[in-house]
Amino acid sequence: MKGIISTSVAILAGLIVLVGYFFQIPILSDLRSLILDWAVTLAAIMVFIGVLNLLSVNNSRIKNKEKNGFYSLILIISLLVTLILGLFLKPGHPIMNFIFYSIQLPLEKSLMALLAVTLLIASINLLRRQPNLFSIIFLGTTLLILLGTVPLPFGELPFIGDVLRPFIAQVLAASGARGILIGVALATLTTGLRILFAADRPYEGK
Amino acid sequence: MNWSVLIAFVLVAGSAGLLLGFAILKRKSSPSFREIPAFTRLHKAIGRAVEDGSRLHVSLGRGNLASPQGAAGLAGLSALRRLADLTSTSDRTPIATSGEPSLAVLSQDVMQASFQEATGGGHFDASGARLTGLTPFSYVSGALPILRDEHITANILIGSFGVEAGLLADAAERQNSFLLAASDNLPGQAVLYASAQEPLIGEELYAVSEYINHTPMHAASLSVQDILRWVLIISILLGALLKLVGLL
Repeated sequence: MKGIISTSVAILAGLIVLVGYFFQIPILSDLRSLILDWAVTLAAIMVFIGVLNLLSVNNSRIKNKEKNGFYSLILIISLLVTLILGLFLKPGHPIMNFIFYSIQLPLEKSLMALLAVTLLIASINLLRRQPNLFSIIFLGTTLLILLGTVPLPFGELPFIGDVLRPFIAQVLAASGARGILIGVALATLTTGLRILFAADRPYEGK
Repeated sequence: MNWSVLIAFVLVAGSAGLLLGFAILKRKSSPSFREIPAFTRLHKAIGRAVEDGSRLHVSLGRGNLASPQGAAGLAGLSALRRLADLTSTSDRTPIATSGEPSLAVLSQDVMQASFQEATGGGHFDASGARLTGLTPFSYVSGALPILRDEHITANILIGSFGVEAGLLADAAERQNSFLLAASDNLPGQAVLYASAQEPLIGEELYAVSEYINHTPMHAASLSVQDILRWVLIISILLGALLKLVGLL
């Protein structure tokens, strides 16, 4: 019974939103807006449930005395301190800004810097992992784009900076990217239709 | 209804009709698709994980279901269900991580349904589905210890990932574990192409569940995509030709 109700709600909501997009019928447009508003509210509730999941998983790591459980303790303390401060001081307060700009942001930036190093090593290993023509093209293109973009003491490299790099970036890469995005859009369409036909029902675990 | 909305309507309605038609036709025949070596290696990795009692790690990315990236998340959930079914004979259930709360909740539902079907209603450990962070890098940094500490031998990244996925790919390589990765995000795909063992490009992301386990509807959706692709190719060529002769 639960399955029939959830499937019916999903199909009905999907159809109303879809038909409301194509046909400007006042009652459908109102219903569509209402359903989208509900979706936004539900998404906010999901964040709360997600945070509870995060707390529960890390709490069980501490309880079971798992390896590196200490980090879970730090996570829970940080989460609770930030939550309590945020509730009392409200976002935008200097202390909240301090937490964001002095802890969260530098941590994420350091991971970004780590990623740059990781990618450099991955590029070096690419030919070992996938020794084929496409890897050579990939690395060659990366090198040409870098050479055409990087600031050099003697100025821009002739031909590479003003002809080759714009041609690769604006013609070859842009057309390839559009092709990939069209493929992704078509697949998104059929994925949406499968949900609408209830062939995929993630809300029921199917 | 203006022209662009009309074209969109014809595209959606036509696709829906084709999808239903192909799904009915494909119930009687077994589909044949081009071989993608990554999926053959995935099947082997799953087999190895089941045999040696290790775990699969399925990462679903950060695709908010209320955004266009939601489709990548749904494709990941569909693949998770099939992977959970395939490993149901293993002692250890897969671990699903996500950076989006709705995906975390749905992945818990998916894994629970698979587990209870396999065990006939046994107790499901909900900690297998985890939200590891809400920003791109906090999500990845929350998922990294799982690769190291949870006896993972195969990682499947299916969903919406940005460049941060490079850190997960690097961690998988350091642990000598299998990694199949697919993202709907272009910079994410570029990073995964350079760093992942088995990268999937473009719409291959949405074909994962069909390649893992055939169902008529999934097979039909791949056939519909092929037809739509040809329609678009012909339209683009025709449009270019008309423009060239000055009729457009």
